[in-house]
Amino acid sequence: MGQGLSTPAILAEDLHKSFGETQALRGLSFAAEEGTVLGVLGPNGAGKTTAVRILTTLLNPDSGRATVAGLDVVEDAVKLRSQIGLAGQYAAVDENLTGKENLEMVGRLYHLGRDASRTRADELLAQFELVDAAKRPAKTYSGGMRRRLDLAAALVARPPVLFLDEPTTGLDPRGRLSMWETIEGMTAAGTTVLLTTQYLDEADRLADRIVVIDHGSVIAEGTADELKDRVGGERLEVQLEEGADVERALTALGYVSDDPPVADDGWVRASVRKRGGRAIAEAVRRLDEENVGIQDIALRRPTLDDVFISLTGHSAEDGSESDDETAPAAEEVSA
Amino acid sequence: MSALAMAASDTVVLASRNLKRIPRQPDLLIAYTVQPVMFVLLFVFVFGGAIVTPGFDYVDFLMPGIIVQSIAFGGFVTALGLSEDVQKGLIDRFRSLPMSRSAVLAGRTFSDIPLNLLSLFVLLAVGILAGFNFDSDVGKVLLGVVLLLFFGYAFSWIFALVGLYSSSPETANSIGFTAIFPLTFASSAFVPVASMPDGLKQFAEVNPITTVVDAVRHLWLSTPAHSDVWMSFVWCVVLIAIFAPLAVRRYRVVSV
Repeated sequence: MGQGLSTPAILAEDLHKSFGETQALRGLSFAAEEGTVLGVLGPNGAGKTTAVRILTTLLNPDSGRATVAGLDVVEDAVKLRSQIGLAGQYAAVDENLTGKENLEMVGRLYHLGRDASRTRADELLAQFELVDAAKRPAKTYSGGMRRRLDLAAALVARPPVLFLDEPTTGLDPRGRLSMWETIEGMTAAGTTVLLTTQYLDEADRLADRIVVIDHGSVIAEGTADELKDRVGGERLEVQLEEGADVERALTALGYVSDDPPVADDGWVRASVRKRGGRAIAEAVRRLDEENVGIQDIALRRPTLDDVFISLTGHSAEDGSESDDETAPAAEEVSA
Repeated sequence: MSALAMAASDTVVLASRNLKRIPRQPDLLIAYTVQPVMFVLLFVFVFGGAIVTPGFDYVDFLMPGIIVQSIAFGGFVTALGLSEDVQKGLIDRFRSLPMSRSAVLAGRTFSDIPLNLLSLFVLLAVGILAGFNFDSDVGKVLLGVVLLLFFGYAFSWIFALVGLYSSSPETANSIGFTAIFPLTFASSAFVPVASMPDGLKQFAEVNPITTVVDAVRHLWLSTPAHSDVWMSFVWCVVLIAIFAPLAVRRYRVVSV
Protein backbone atom coordinates (compact mmCIF):
# COMPACT_ATOMS: atom_id res chain seq x y z
CA MET A 1 0.00 0.00 0.00
CA GLY A 2 1.39 3.35 -1.09
CA GLN A 3 5.03 2.58 -0.22
CA GLY A 4 6.58 5.06 -2.63
CA LEU A 5 9.84 6.89 -2.09
CA SER A 6 8.29 9.58 0.08
CA THR A 7 5.85 8.81 2.87
CA PRO A 8 2.36 10.09 2.11
CA ALA A 9 1.20 13.01 4.27
CA ILE A 10 -1.63 10.81 5.56
CA LEU A 11 -1.38 7.05 5.68
CA ALA A 12 -3.84 4.59 7.18
CA GLU A 13 -3.01 0.89 7.09
CA ASP A 14 -5.50 -1.82 8.00
CA LEU A 15 -7.17 0.15 10.80
CA HIS A 16 -9.62 -1.72 12.98
CA LYS A 17 -11.78 -0.19 15.69
CA SER A 18 -14.76 -1.58 17.54
CA PHE A 19 -17.09 0.01 20.05
CA GLY A 20 -18.56 -2.88 21.98
CA GLU A 21 -20.35 -5.04 19.43
CA THR A 22 -20.15 -2.45 16.68
CA GLN A 23 -17.24 -2.71 14.29
CA ALA A 24 -16.67 0.88 13.18
CA LEU A 25 -13.55 0.18 11.12
CA ARG A 26 -12.74 -3.17 9.49
CA GLY A 27 -9.34 -2.93 7.87
CA LEU A 28 -9.49 0.64 6.60
CA SER A 29 -6.51 1.66 4.43
CA PHE A 30 -5.86 4.77 2.38
CA ALA A 31 -3.21 7.37 1.67
CA ALA A 32 -3.07 11.06 0.74
CA GLU A 33 -0.04 12.53 -1.00
CA GLU A 34 1.34 15.81 0.27
CA GLY A 35 -0.50 18.88 -0.99
CA THR A 36 -3.56 16.98 -2.22
CA VAL A 37 -7.16 16.84 -1.07
CA LEU A 38 -8.40 13.37 -0.18
CA GLY A 39 -12.16 13.04 -0.04
CA VAL A 40 -13.45 10.33 2.26
CA LEU A 41 -16.95 9.66 1.07
CA GLY A 42 -19.51 7.52 2.81
CA PRO A 43 -22.93 7.44 4.41
CA ASN A 44 -23.62 8.11 8.08
CA GLY A 45 -22.09 5.39 10.20
CA ALA A 46 -19.59 4.30 7.53
CA GLY A 47 -16.66 5.03 9.87
CA LYS A 48 -15.57 8.41 8.53
CA THR A 49 -15.53 10.19 11.87
CA THR A 50 -13.86 7.24 13.63
CA ALA A 51 -11.09 7.38 11.02
CA VAL A 52 -10.62 11.12 11.53
CA ARG A 53 -10.56 10.67 15.31
CA ILE A 54 -7.81 8.08 15.01
CA LEU A 55 -5.77 10.21 12.62
CA THR A 56 -6.05 13.24 14.92
CA THR A 57 -4.97 11.21 18.01
CA LEU A 58 -8.35 11.47 19.73
CA LEU A 59 -8.81 7.72 19.62
CA ASN A 60 -6.39 4.78 19.46
CA PRO A 61 -7.00 2.07 16.86
CA ASP A 62 -7.53 -1.52 18.07
CA SER A 63 -5.07 -2.66 15.41
CA GLY A 64 -3.38 -1.39 12.28
CA ARG A 65 -1.25 1.72 12.06
CA ALA A 66 -1.50 5.25 10.77
CA THR A 67 0.88 8.14 10.23
CA VAL A 68 0.30 11.82 9.63
CA ALA A 69 3.19 13.96 8.35
CA GLY A 70 5.37 10.87 8.90
CA LEU A 71 4.47 10.67 12.60
CA ASP A 72 2.75 7.67 14.14
CA VAL A 73 -0.67 8.49 15.58
CA VAL A 74 -0.01 6.48 18.74
CA GLU A 75 3.77 6.62 19.31
CA ASP A 76 4.32 10.23 18.21
CA ALA A 77 0.92 11.64 19.20
CA VAL A 78 2.38 14.62 21.05
CA LYS A 79 4.53 15.78 18.13
CA LEU A 80 1.82 15.00 15.65
CA ARG A 81 -0.65 17.39 17.25
CA SER A 82 1.48 20.40 16.33
CA GLN A 83 1.29 19.35 12.66
CA ILE A 84 -2.48 19.14 12.28
CA GLY A 85 -5.59 21.26 12.33
CA LEU A 86 -9.04 19.82 12.96
CA ALA A 87 -12.41 21.30 12.07
CA GLY A 88 -15.33 19.09 12.85
CA GLN A 89 -19.02 18.84 12.26
CA TYR A 90 -19.69 20.30 15.68
CA ALA A 91 -18.23 23.74 14.98
CA ALA A 92 -16.22 23.57 18.18
CA VAL A 93 -15.99 27.17 19.24
CA ASP A 94 -16.57 28.66 22.67
CA GLU A 95 -19.90 30.44 22.38
CA ASN A 96 -19.22 32.77 25.26
CA LEU A 97 -16.01 34.09 23.75
CA THR A 98 -15.87 36.51 20.84
CA GLY A 99 -14.56 35.34 17.48
CA LYS A 100 -11.27 37.03 18.13
CA GLU A 101 -10.93 35.62 21.66
CA ASN A 102 -11.58 32.13 20.30
CA LEU A 103 -8.77 32.38 17.76
CA GLU A 104 -6.38 33.99 20.24
CA MET A 105 -7.05 31.20 22.72
CA VAL A 106 -6.25 28.54 20.12
CA GLY A 107 -3.07 30.43 19.17
CA ARG A 108 -1.97 30.49 22.79
CA LEU A 109 -2.66 26.77 23.11
CA TYR A 110 -0.46 26.13 20.04
CA HIS A 111 2.10 28.19 22.02
CA LEU A 112 2.46 30.88 19.38
CA GLY A 113 2.89 33.54 22.07
CA ARG A 114 0.56 36.37 22.98
CA ASP A 115 1.44 38.88 20.25
CA ALA A 116 1.73 36.33 17.47
CA SER A 117 -1.61 34.83 18.50
CA ARG A 118 -3.25 38.24 18.29
CA THR A 119 -1.75 39.03 14.88
CA ARG A 120 -2.73 35.62 13.52
CA ALA A 121 -6.28 36.00 14.85
CA ASP A 122 -6.64 39.32 13.00
CA GLU A 123 -5.30 37.79 9.78
CA LEU A 124 -7.75 34.90 9.94
CA LEU A 125 -10.72 37.10 10.83
CA ALA A 126 -9.97 39.13 7.70
CA GLN A 127 -9.46 36.02 5.55
CA PHE A 128 -12.74 34.48 6.71
CA GLU A 129 -14.75 37.70 6.49
CA LEU A 130 -15.42 37.82 10.21
CA VAL A 131 -13.89 41.22 10.96
CA ASP A 132 -17.26 42.86 11.62
CA ALA A 133 -18.23 40.08 14.01
CA ALA A 134 -14.81 39.81 15.66
CA LYS A 135 -15.91 41.42 18.91
CA ARG A 136 -19.25 39.65 19.25
CA PRO A 137 -19.68 36.46 21.27
CA ALA A 138 -19.79 33.44 18.97
CA LYS A 139 -23.27 32.54 20.23
CA THR A 140 -24.61 35.44 18.15
CA TYR A 141 -23.10 33.96 14.94
CA SER A 142 -25.06 32.25 12.18
CA GLY A 143 -24.34 28.57 11.46
CA GLY A 144 -22.17 29.49 8.49
CA MET A 145 -20.17 32.05 10.47
CA ARG A 146 -19.59 29.52 13.24
CA ARG A 147 -18.23 27.02 10.73
CA ARG A 148 -15.94 29.64 9.27
CA LEU A 149 -14.68 30.48 12.74
CA ASP A 150 -14.16 26.78 13.46
CA LEU A 151 -12.22 26.38 10.23
CA ALA A 152 -10.18 29.50 11.01
CA ALA A 153 -9.33 27.98 14.40
CA ALA A 154 -8.01 24.87 12.65
CA LEU A 155 -5.69 27.07 10.57
CA VAL A 156 -4.24 29.16 13.40
CA ALA A 157 -0.87 27.38 13.46
CA ARG A 158 -0.71 26.99 9.65
CA PRO A 159 -0.65 23.19 10.03
CA PRO A 160 0.64 21.22 7.02
CA VAL A 161 -2.17 18.68 7.37
CA LEU A 162 -5.79 19.59 7.84
CA PHE A 163 -8.74 17.38 8.79
CA LEU A 164 -12.21 18.59 7.88
CA ASP A 165 -14.91 16.30 9.23
CA GLU A 166 -18.11 16.99 7.30
CA PRO A 167 -17.42 20.72 7.09
CA THR A 168 -20.74 21.61 5.46
CA THR A 169 -23.17 19.23 7.17
CA GLY A 170 -26.14 21.25 8.38
CA LEU A 171 -25.38 24.37 6.35
CA ASP A 172 -27.90 25.88 3.93
CA PRO A 173 -26.98 25.83 0.21
CA ARG A 174 -25.56 29.33 0.30
CA GLY A 175 -23.46 28.56 3.35
CA ARG A 176 -22.19 25.40 1.68
CA LEU A 177 -21.17 27.23 -1.44
CA SER A 178 -19.26 29.86 0.48
CA MET A 179 -17.62 27.13 2.59
CA TRP A 180 -16.53 25.36 -0.60
CA GLU A 181 -14.97 28.53 -1.93
CA THR A 182 -13.14 29.01 1.36
CA ILE A 183 -11.81 25.45 1.32
CA GLU A 184 -10.72 25.79 -2.31
CA GLY A 185 -8.82 28.96 -1.49
CA MET A 186 -7.11 27.20 1.38
CA THR A 187 -6.05 24.09 -0.49
CA ALA A 188 -4.54 26.16 -3.27
CA ALA A 189 -1.87 27.06 -0.70
CA GLY A 190 -0.46 23.50 -0.66
CA THR A 191 -1.96 22.15 2.54
CA THR A 192 -2.77 18.43 2.60
CA VAL A 193 -6.44 18.04 3.39
CA LEU A 194 -8.53 15.07 4.42
CA LEU A 195 -12.17 15.91 3.94
CA THR A 196 -14.99 13.61 4.97
CA THR A 197 -18.37 14.11 3.45
CA GLN A 198 -21.61 12.39 2.68
CA TYR A 199 -22.26 14.80 -0.17
CA LEU A 200 -21.13 13.52 -3.54
CA ASP A 201 -21.06 16.92 -5.18
CA GLU A 202 -18.80 18.13 -2.39
CA ALA A 203 -16.25 15.35 -2.93
CA ASP A 204 -16.56 15.86 -6.68
CA ARG A 205 -15.80 19.54 -6.42
CA LEU A 206 -13.11 19.64 -3.73
CA ALA A 207 -11.20 16.34 -3.73
CA ASP A 208 -8.27 15.32 -5.92
CA ARG A 209 -8.80 11.70 -5.00
CA ILE A 210 -11.76 10.00 -3.37
CA VAL A 211 -12.00 6.91 -1.23
CA VAL A 212 -15.49 5.56 -0.89
CA ILE A 213 -16.04 3.83 2.43
CA ASP A 214 -18.93 1.79 3.67
CA HIS A 215 -19.19 -0.38 6.80
CA GLY A 216 -15.68 0.56 7.89
CA SER A 217 -13.61 -0.29 4.84
CA VAL A 218 -12.75 1.16 1.44
CA ILE A 219 -14.97 -0.11 -1.34
CA ALA A 220 -13.56 2.01 -4.17
CA GLU A 221 -10.99 4.70 -4.75
CA GLY A 222 -9.75 6.93 -7.53
CA THR A 223 -10.39 10.36 -8.99
CA ALA A 224 -13.99 11.43 -9.41
CA ASP A 225 -13.69 10.71 -13.15
CA GLU A 226 -12.23 7.25 -12.61
CA LEU A 227 -15.04 6.37 -10.26
CA LYS A 228 -17.66 7.63 -12.67
CA ASP A 229 -16.10 5.58 -15.49
CA ARG A 230 -16.54 2.48 -13.38
CA VAL A 231 -20.31 2.67 -13.61
CA GLY A 232 -20.29 2.66 -17.38
CA GLY A 233 -19.32 6.01 -18.83
CA GLU A 234 -21.71 8.37 -20.51
CA ARG A 235 -25.40 7.96 -21.10
CA LEU A 236 -27.28 9.27 -24.06
CA GLU A 237 -30.73 10.61 -23.26
CA VAL A 238 -33.18 11.34 -26.08
CA GLN A 239 -36.54 13.00 -25.63
CA LEU A 240 -38.89 11.95 -28.46
CA GLU A 241 -41.39 14.17 -30.21
CA GLU A 242 -45.05 13.72 -29.36
CA GLY A 243 -46.32 10.64 -31.19
CA ALA A 244 -42.92 9.45 -32.36
CA ASP A 245 -42.50 5.70 -32.96
CA VAL A 246 -40.75 4.30 -29.92
CA GLU A 247 -39.88 0.98 -31.57
CA ARG A 248 -38.09 2.70 -34.42
CA ALA A 249 -36.27 4.93 -31.95
CA LEU A 250 -35.05 1.85 -30.10
CA THR A 251 -33.88 0.31 -33.37
CA ALA A 252 -32.04 3.49 -34.34
CA LEU A 253 -30.29 3.84 -31.00
CA GLY A 254 -29.50 0.13 -30.98
CA TYR A 255 -26.72 0.94 -33.47
CA VAL A 256 -24.91 3.30 -31.09
CA SER A 257 -25.66 1.70 -27.74
CA ASP A 258 -23.44 -0.75 -25.82
CA ASP A 259 -26.47 -2.45 -24.27
CA PRO A 260 -30.05 -2.56 -25.57
CA PRO A 261 -31.52 0.96 -25.16
CA VAL A 262 -34.54 1.43 -22.93
CA ALA A 263 -37.65 3.53 -23.42
CA ASP A 264 -39.59 5.24 -20.69
CA ASP A 265 -42.37 7.82 -20.92
CA GLY A 266 -41.21 9.63 -24.07
CA TRP A 267 -37.51 9.21 -23.30
CA VAL A 268 -35.05 6.72 -24.69
CA ARG A 269 -31.79 6.08 -22.86
CA ALA A 270 -28.67 4.35 -24.06
CA SER A 271 -25.25 3.64 -22.59
CA VAL A 272 -22.57 4.90 -25.02
CA ARG A 273 -19.25 4.24 -23.34
CA LYS A 274 -17.54 2.95 -26.50
CA ARG A 275 -18.50 5.79 -28.82
CA GLY A 276 -17.67 8.72 -26.55
CA GLY A 277 -18.04 12.14 -28.21
CA ARG A 278 -19.22 10.79 -31.58
CA ALA A 279 -22.34 9.26 -30.04
CA ILE A 280 -24.62 12.27 -30.43
CA ALA A 281 -23.87 12.85 -34.13
CA GLU A 282 -24.32 9.18 -34.96
CA ALA A 283 -27.53 8.90 -32.91
CA VAL A 284 -29.03 11.92 -34.66
CA ARG A 285 -28.16 10.46 -38.09
CA ARG A 286 -29.66 7.04 -37.26
CA LEU A 287 -32.84 8.57 -35.79
CA ASP A 288 -33.20 10.73 -38.89
CA GLU A 289 -32.85 7.63 -41.14
CA GLU A 290 -35.66 5.97 -39.15
CA ASN A 291 -37.78 9.14 -39.37
CA VAL A 292 -38.03 9.56 -35.61
CA GLY A 293 -38.57 13.16 -34.53
CA ILE A 294 -36.81 14.30 -31.36
CA GLN A 295 -37.21 17.25 -29.01
CA ASP A 296 -33.94 17.00 -27.13
CA ILE A 297 -30.80 14.90 -27.07
CA ALA A 298 -28.02 15.04 -24.48
CA LEU A 299 -25.03 13.16 -23.13
CA ARG A 300 -25.09 12.83 -19.37
CA ARG A 301 -22.03 11.94 -17.29
CA PRO A 302 -22.90 9.61 -14.42
CA THR A 303 -22.87 11.42 -11.09
CA LEU A 304 -21.04 10.14 -8.04
CA ASP A 305 -24.51 9.28 -6.81
CA ASP A 306 -24.77 6.71 -9.61
CA VAL A 307 -21.36 5.42 -8.52
CA PHE A 308 -22.40 5.12 -4.94
CA ILE A 309 -25.62 3.32 -5.66
CA SER A 310 -23.92 0.89 -8.00
CA LEU A 311 -21.18 0.15 -5.44
CA THR A 312 -23.25 -0.17 -2.30
CA GLY A 313 -26.85 -0.61 -3.31
CA HIS A 314 -27.81 2.47 -1.34
CA SER A 315 -27.55 6.21 -1.68
CA ALA A 316 -24.74 8.06 0.10
CA GLU A 317 -26.79 10.78 1.68
CA ASP A 318 -29.26 8.72 3.66
CA GLY A 319 -27.29 5.58 4.43
CA SER A 320 -30.38 3.38 4.22
CA GLU A 321 -30.70 0.40 1.94
CA SER A 322 -31.75 1.14 -1.59
CA ASP A 323 -35.46 1.15 -2.23
CA ASP A 324 -38.05 3.00 -4.27
CA GLU A 325 -36.94 6.59 -4.05
CA THR A 326 -33.19 6.29 -3.60
CA ALA A 327 -32.57 4.53 -6.92
CA PRO A 328 -35.01 5.75 -9.56
CA ALA A 329 -32.42 5.33 -12.32
CA ALA A 330 -32.14 1.61 -11.69
CA GLU A 331 -35.90 1.19 -11.96
CA GLU A 332 -36.07 3.02 -15.23
CA VAL A 333 -33.40 0.79 -16.72
CA SER A 334 -35.23 -2.37 -15.80
CA ALA A 335 -38.65 -1.05 -16.86
CA MET B 1 9.06 25.36 26.62
CA SER B 2 9.39 22.88 29.47
CA ALA B 3 6.45 20.60 30.17
CA LEU B 4 5.73 22.35 33.46
CA ALA B 5 5.88 25.86 31.96
CA MET B 6 3.63 24.65 29.15
CA ALA B 7 1.10 23.20 31.59
CA ALA B 8 1.11 26.43 33.60
CA SER B 9 0.69 28.64 30.54
CA ASP B 10 -2.11 26.47 29.11
CA THR B 11 -3.88 26.43 32.47
CA VAL B 12 -3.77 30.22 32.71
CA VAL B 13 -5.12 30.59 29.15
CA LEU B 14 -8.02 28.25 29.91
CA ALA B 15 -8.78 29.63 33.37
CA SER B 16 -9.05 33.13 31.93
CA ARG B 17 -11.31 31.74 29.21
CA ASN B 18 -13.62 30.34 31.91
CA LEU B 19 -13.68 33.56 33.89
CA LYS B 20 -14.51 35.66 30.82
CA ARG B 21 -17.83 33.88 30.55
CA ILE B 22 -18.98 34.79 34.05
CA PRO B 23 -19.95 38.44 33.46
CA ARG B 24 -21.45 37.38 30.10
CA GLN B 25 -23.78 34.90 31.76
CA PRO B 26 -25.28 36.89 34.62
CA ASP B 27 -27.86 34.16 35.23
CA LEU B 28 -25.09 31.78 36.25
CA LEU B 29 -23.69 34.32 38.65
CA ILE B 30 -27.11 34.93 40.17
CA ALA B 31 -27.70 31.21 40.65
CA TYR B 32 -24.31 31.04 42.24
CA THR B 33 -24.97 33.71 44.87
CA VAL B 34 -28.72 33.98 45.35
CA GLN B 35 -29.29 30.33 46.17
CA PRO B 36 -26.89 30.20 49.14
CA VAL B 37 -28.27 33.48 50.43
CA MET B 38 -31.75 32.03 50.34
CA PHE B 39 -30.46 29.03 52.29
CA VAL B 40 -29.01 31.27 55.00
CA LEU B 41 -32.27 33.17 55.41
CA LEU B 42 -34.42 30.02 55.39
CA PHE B 43 -32.29 28.22 57.94
CA VAL B 44 -31.82 31.14 60.28
CA PHE B 45 -35.43 32.23 60.31
CA VAL B 46 -37.39 29.04 59.58
CA PHE B 47 -35.40 26.31 61.37
CA GLY B 48 -33.37 28.56 63.64
CA GLY B 49 -36.00 28.73 66.38
CA ALA B 50 -36.47 24.94 66.46
CA ILE B 51 -32.89 23.69 66.35
CA VAL B 52 -31.11 23.64 69.70
CA THR B 53 -27.38 24.41 69.59
CA PRO B 54 -26.16 24.53 73.20
CA GLY B 55 -23.79 27.40 73.82
CA PHE B 56 -24.37 29.12 70.47
CA ASP B 57 -26.79 31.37 68.68
CA TYR B 58 -28.06 29.27 65.79
CA VAL B 59 -26.80 31.81 63.23
CA ASP B 60 -23.25 31.45 64.62
CA PHE B 61 -23.53 27.67 64.53
CA LEU B 62 -25.03 27.70 61.05
CA MET B 63 -22.74 30.02 59.10
CA PRO B 64 -19.66 27.75 58.97
CA GLY B 65 -21.92 24.85 57.97
CA ILE B 66 -23.79 26.66 55.25
CA ILE B 67 -20.59 28.15 53.85
CA VAL B 68 -18.99 24.70 53.67
CA GLN B 69 -22.07 23.41 51.88
CA SER B 70 -22.11 26.19 49.34
CA ILE B 71 -18.34 25.88 48.75
CA ALA B 72 -18.74 22.14 48.24
CA PHE B 73 -21.34 22.89 45.57
CA GLY B 74 -19.18 25.59 44.01
CA GLY B 75 -17.44 23.05 41.81
CA PHE B 76 -20.64 22.46 39.88
CA VAL B 77 -19.52 25.27 37.56
CA THR B 78 -16.66 22.95 36.58
CA ALA B 79 -19.00 20.02 35.98
CA LEU B 80 -21.37 22.18 33.96
CA GLY B 81 -18.59 23.73 31.89
CA LEU B 82 -16.84 20.45 31.19
CA SER B 83 -19.93 18.58 30.13
CA GLU B 84 -20.84 21.50 27.84
CA ASP B 85 -17.34 21.40 26.35
CA VAL B 86 -17.65 17.67 25.73
CA GLN B 87 -21.09 18.01 24.17
CA LYS B 88 -20.10 20.87 21.89
CA GLY B 89 -16.90 19.20 20.65
CA LEU B 90 -14.56 21.70 22.28
CA ILE B 91 -12.82 18.94 24.21
CA ASP B 92 -12.06 17.28 20.86
CA ARG B 93 -10.44 20.48 19.68
CA PHE B 94 -8.40 20.82 22.88
CA ARG B 95 -7.31 17.20 22.73
CA SER B 96 -6.13 17.64 19.14
CA LEU B 97 -3.94 20.61 20.13
CA PRO B 98 -0.31 20.27 21.25
CA MET B 99 -1.23 21.38 24.76
CA SER B 100 -0.93 19.97 28.27
CA ARG B 101 -3.27 17.06 29.03
CA SER B 102 -4.23 18.41 32.43
CA ALA B 103 -4.69 22.08 31.50
CA VAL B 104 -8.36 21.92 30.56
CA LEU B 105 -9.23 20.42 33.94
CA ALA B 106 -6.80 22.52 35.95
CA GLY B 107 -8.08 25.64 34.17
CA ARG B 108 -11.61 24.73 35.15
CA THR B 109 -10.87 23.91 38.77
CA PHE B 110 -8.68 26.99 39.28
CA SER B 111 -11.33 29.30 37.89
CA ASP B 112 -13.74 27.99 40.54
CA ILE B 113 -11.55 29.54 43.25
CA PRO B 114 -12.37 33.22 42.59
CA LEU B 115 -16.03 32.25 42.25
CA ASN B 116 -15.96 30.47 45.59
CA LEU B 117 -14.26 33.49 47.14
CA LEU B 118 -17.05 35.68 45.81
CA SER B 119 -19.80 33.46 47.19
CA LEU B 120 -17.94 33.32 50.52
CA PHE B 121 -18.04 37.13 50.71
CA VAL B 122 -21.71 37.32 49.84
CA LEU B 123 -22.61 34.66 52.40
CA LEU B 124 -20.59 36.26 55.16
CA ALA B 125 -22.13 39.65 54.43
CA VAL B 126 -25.64 38.20 54.64
CA GLY B 127 -24.70 36.18 57.72
CA ILE B 128 -23.35 39.23 59.51
CA LEU B 129 -26.54 41.13 58.69
CA ALA B 130 -28.49 38.21 60.19
CA GLY B 131 -26.47 38.43 63.38
CA PHE B 132 -23.33 36.31 62.82
CA ASN B 133 -20.20 37.28 64.85
CA PHE B 134 -16.64 36.05 64.61
CA ASP B 135 -15.21 35.05 67.98
CA SER B 136 -11.55 34.65 67.06
CA ASP B 137 -8.49 36.55 65.79
CA VAL B 138 -7.81 37.74 62.26
CA GLY B 139 -5.15 35.12 61.55
CA LYS B 140 -7.48 32.24 62.39
CA VAL B 141 -10.36 33.78 60.43
CA LEU B 142 -8.09 34.02 57.37
CA LEU B 143 -6.84 30.46 57.86
CA GLY B 144 -10.50 29.44 57.82
CA VAL B 145 -10.95 31.22 54.47
CA VAL B 146 -7.87 29.46 53.06
CA LEU B 147 -9.16 26.10 54.26
CA LEU B 148 -12.56 26.73 52.67
CA LEU B 149 -11.01 27.65 49.32
CA PHE B 150 -8.73 24.60 49.40
CA PHE B 151 -11.69 22.40 50.28
CA GLY B 152 -13.70 23.93 47.40
CA TYR B 153 -10.79 23.25 45.06
CA ALA B 154 -10.74 19.58 46.09
CA PHE B 155 -14.47 19.30 45.43
CA SER B 156 -13.99 20.93 42.03
CA TRP B 157 -11.97 17.86 41.03
CA ILE B 158 -14.84 15.59 42.07
CA PHE B 159 -17.13 17.70 39.93
CA ALA B 160 -14.62 17.56 37.07
CA LEU B 161 -14.97 13.79 37.05
CA VAL B 162 -18.77 14.09 37.25
CA GLY B 163 -18.78 16.55 34.33
CA LEU B 164 -16.69 14.27 32.14
CA TYR B 165 -18.97 11.30 32.80
CA SER B 166 -22.24 13.20 32.28
CA SER B 167 -24.01 13.04 28.96
CA SER B 168 -25.35 16.58 29.37
CA PRO B 169 -24.98 19.61 31.64
CA GLU B 170 -28.40 18.82 33.14
CA THR B 171 -27.25 15.35 34.18
CA ALA B 172 -24.07 16.77 35.64
CA ASN B 173 -26.14 19.14 37.72
CA SER B 174 -28.48 16.49 39.08
CA ILE B 175 -25.68 13.98 39.80
CA GLY B 176 -23.92 16.72 41.75
CA PHE B 177 -26.98 17.56 43.81
CA THR B 178 -27.87 13.95 44.49
CA ALA B 179 -24.37 13.19 45.74
CA ILE B 180 -23.66 16.29 47.75
CA PHE B 181 -26.98 17.07 49.44
CA PRO B 182 -27.00 13.94 51.63
CA LEU B 183 -23.31 14.38 52.32
CA THR B 184 -23.77 17.90 53.66
CA PHE B 185 -26.97 17.19 55.59
CA ALA B 186 -25.60 14.05 57.25
CA SER B 187 -22.88 16.13 58.89
CA SER B 188 -22.48 18.72 61.60
CA ALA B 189 -23.26 21.51 59.12
CA PHE B 190 -26.85 22.25 60.17
CA VAL B 191 -27.52 20.36 63.40
CA PRO B 192 -25.31 19.02 66.23
CA VAL B 193 -24.20 15.45 65.40
CA ALA B 194 -25.15 14.39 68.96
CA SER B 195 -28.83 14.84 68.06
CA MET B 196 -28.70 12.19 65.32
CA PRO B 197 -29.81 8.53 65.68
CA ASP B 198 -27.22 5.73 65.85
CA GLY B 199 -25.79 4.79 62.47
CA LEU B 200 -26.30 8.23 61.01
CA LYS B 201 -24.35 9.67 63.91
CA GLN B 202 -21.34 7.44 63.21
CA PHE B 203 -21.52 8.30 59.52
CA ALA B 204 -21.66 12.02 60.29
CA GLU B 205 -18.66 11.74 62.60
CA VAL B 206 -16.38 10.35 59.87
CA ASN B 207 -17.90 12.49 57.12
CA PRO B 208 -15.19 14.89 55.86
CA ILE B 209 -17.82 17.64 55.69
CA THR B 210 -18.15 17.36 59.48
CA THR B 211 -14.37 17.59 59.85
CA VAL B 212 -14.17 20.73 57.73
CA VAL B 213 -17.23 22.36 59.35
CA ASP B 214 -15.82 21.69 62.83
CA ALA B 215 -12.45 23.07 61.76
CA VAL B 216 -14.03 26.28 60.48
CA ARG B 217 -16.05 26.57 63.71
CA HIS B 218 -12.84 26.26 65.67
CA LEU B 219 -11.09 28.89 63.55
CA TRP B 220 -13.99 31.37 63.55
CA LEU B 221 -15.78 30.69 66.85
CA SER B 222 -12.95 29.25 69.02
CA THR B 223 -14.72 25.95 69.66
CA PRO B 224 -12.41 23.11 70.80
CA ALA B 225 -10.04 22.21 67.99
CA HIS B 226 -9.45 18.45 68.40
CA SER B 227 -7.61 17.37 65.24
CA ASP B 228 -10.07 18.94 62.84
CA VAL B 229 -7.95 21.66 61.26
CA TRP B 230 -5.03 19.56 60.11
CA MET B 231 -7.33 16.61 59.33
CA SER B 232 -9.30 18.93 57.04
CA PHE B 233 -6.20 19.75 55.05
CA VAL B 234 -5.36 16.04 54.88
CA TRP B 235 -8.85 15.33 53.53
CA CYS B 236 -8.44 17.97 50.82
CA VAL B 237 -5.10 16.51 49.73
CA VAL B 238 -6.54 12.98 49.72
CA LEU B 239 -9.56 14.00 47.64
CA ILE B 240 -7.37 15.74 45.07
CA ALA B 241 -4.97 12.79 44.99
CA ILE B 242 -7.86 10.46 44.21
CA PHE B 243 -10.03 12.54 41.88
CA ALA B 244 -7.52 14.57 39.86
CA PRO B 245 -5.83 11.49 38.30
CA LEU B 246 -9.22 9.86 37.67
CA ALA B 247 -10.49 13.00 35.94
CA VAL B 248 -7.34 13.41 33.82
CA ARG B 249 -7.54 9.75 32.80
CA ARG B 250 -11.16 10.20 31.77
CA TYR B 251 -10.32 13.41 29.88
CA ARG B 252 -7.82 11.53 27.69
CA VAL B 253 -10.50 9.22 26.28
CA VAL B 254 -13.71 11.23 26.58
CA SER B 255 -15.66 11.77 23.38
CA VAL B 256 -18.79 13.49 22.15
